Amino acid sequence: MHAVKVHEIKRNYNKVEALKGVSFEVRPGEIFGIIGPDGAGKTTLFRILTTLLLADSGTAIVDGNDVVKDFKEIRKKVGYMPGRFSLYQDLTVEENLTIFASIFKTTIEENYHLIKDIYQQIEPFKNRRAGALSGGMKQKLALSCALIHKPVILFLDEPTTGVDPVSRKEFWEMLANLKREGITILVSTPYMDEANLCDRIALIREGSFLKIDSPQNIVNQYSKRLWSVRSNDMSRLLKDLRTHKNIMTCFAFGDTHHVTVNQEKPSGEEDRFGFKDLKDFLEEKSHSEIEITAIDAGIEDCFMELAN
Amino acid sequence: MRQFITFTRKEFYHILRDRWTMLMLLAFPLIMIILFGFGITTEIKNSKIAVYDPSKDLATQNIIKKLETSEYFILSEYLNSPDQIELIFKEGKIGLMVVFSERFYENLIHTGDAQILLIADGTDPNTASTLTNYASRIIMMYLQELTDIEHLPFQINTEVKLLYNPTLEGAYNIVPGVMGMVLMLICALMTSVSIAREKELGTMEVILVSPMPPLLIVLSKVVPYFTISLINFTNVLILAVFLLGVPVNGSLFTLYLVSIIFIFVALALGLLISSVTNRQLVALLMSAMGLMMPVVMLSGLMFPIENMPLILQGIAQIIPAKWYIEAIRDVMIKGLGPADVIKEIGILSLMAVVLIGASLKKFKIRLE
Repeated sequence: MHAVKVHEIKRNYNKVEALKGVSFEVRPGEIFGIIGPDGAGKTTLFRILTTLLLADSGTAIVDGNDVVKDFKEIRKKVGYMPGRFSLYQDLTVEENLTIFASIFKTTIEENYHLIKDIYQQIEPFKNRRAGALSGGMKQKLALSCALIHKPVILFLDEPTTGVDPVSRKEFWEMLANLKREGITILVSTPYMDEANLCDRIALIREGSFLKIDSPQNIVNQYSKRLWSVRSNDMSRLLKDLRTHKNIMTCFAFGDTHHVTVNQEKPSGEEDRFGFKDLKDFLEEKSHSEIEITAIDAGIEDCFMELAN
Repeated sequence: MRQFITFTRKEFYHILRDRWTMLMLLAFPLIMIILFGFGITTEIKNSKIAVYDPSKDLATQNIIKKLETSEYFILSEYLNSPDQIELIFKEGKIGLMVVFSERFYENLIHTGDAQILLIADGTDPNTASTLTNYASRIIMMYLQELTDIEHLPFQINTEVKLLYNPTLEGAYNIVPGVMGMVLMLICALMTSVSIAREKELGTMEVILVSPMPPLLIVLSKVVPYFTISLINFTNVLILAVFLLGVPVNGSLFTLYLVSIIFIFVALALGLLISSVTNRQLVALLMSAMGLMMPVVMLSGLMFPIENMPLILQGIAQIIPAKWYIEAIRDVMIKGLGPADVIKEIGILSLMAVVLIGASLKKFKIRLE
């Protein structure tokens, strides 16, 4: 049985199509990542799966229960952490946790082992109001609250957005621990570098899934030749690269540009288009400090390729 | 049950930790009652009057003297001809004009048909009707005295309106009105805003994805405001009795019974509003404009319903506060029992049932 089984889910907001018919399955016990930019439909999908929204068409089954018919059953056994910090800011850390324990008809003591590693880090502040916590601590509290009833499936909508890099890393370590406890985790994120931490991912863009596979398979399927290019004037470099006929795509990736190249030269020339040809072209355009290296594709490169 | 208790406690925390809200909730009714009871009063004292008296006989002199010696009026001037009446009003110097008919005493004794015309400035209808009421009351008192002395059958009209509030004291009228207003405000406004806040801050989203029945979420919000409303009602009652001297002639039980029914109506209205909007500000405006305005304007608190155009009178019938204020007046000031306000109780109960039903039907178990 699948932990989550979604078939052709569509959802419109007035005339905007937020989800254009997505289908996927999540296996029990895996970390399934839904990866895509803001506005791709991630939150809408999570709300449909957590019974907060109704889809216009399509079906979704969560742990054997239909999200429309059996919504009460689902609400009992899933944990949900929305993208925005959604706890009571004027209540203390401990009061928040107590409230969530009691509405799920359990106690903090009963499932303390599950949240121990996470909660221990914020326990020194248990009498502080939730609104006065730092971003990373808020996430830990929210996760503790979502876990206190030992959910079968955990839905985490952009849990690491707005969290510092160290806390982000810690957060993913916590998820790996939870996976060991047998909890299925659905997590969405706009950060492509977090994709490798998932067992399988779905790349989502403008309401459609581009690909569903393990991060490794997605990267392996990347067929193009990929170079990383730098020079002294990065913004002009981007424009100049895009004018070259052998450069198929060019995107800015942090402090370098990633380009996909077509190595075929016009008929008559024997050798293929190489680093030297590109360097000559750029020097002609008066760039200096040019660095060109061949690189392996990351998830983001795959996303860009699929999105085109 | 433990869910419910924890959640209700949470609501109390919200209220108690927000000092300004807390202060508002408890101080507002008291400020209102003091403001309305003392400051904004419909009582009028020392109003200037003018007299046109072509008869100048015993009766007219006596009536003028009575008017003059009352605390309400000061005689400003005598007019020599009726033509001056309009002019003197245009100058705005006086509030009331008393015009006697010719041969007043003679007519009164012989035909029983002497006439006095009371003219007031209609641009301020409240003041005008108060002044004319005062004056007619004083004239009536004179006729009464005359009847006693002469033993002659003069026709005397009894003004029913003055029966329970002979000096038209403002507080008598205001206290039930403020009660209606305060209960409506706290129950409807605070409930709708506090539910909208959970939606706006996203906490509703998390709470809905739990085994907690949505109905319980709402009920736990209702409990604190219900409690605070009863405290407020008691405070207003104590203040009205000991500070403004308004009597509680009827039974306390009936007062509380009617109030509790009215609180349910207001809570249901608050729930209805919160099911329409997801934003605190909208909930606030809707409660303030949609509920407070009619309560102030159409419930008879500010303006007598009988003086309204027919269409507004019709609208006033569906305003819960109108029935509540009526019932409270009847019980508190007239001292009537539950049986006499059975109609008001019935109508309010019906409204409560319909509104609670509608708000439960409209209540969203999902985000939209």
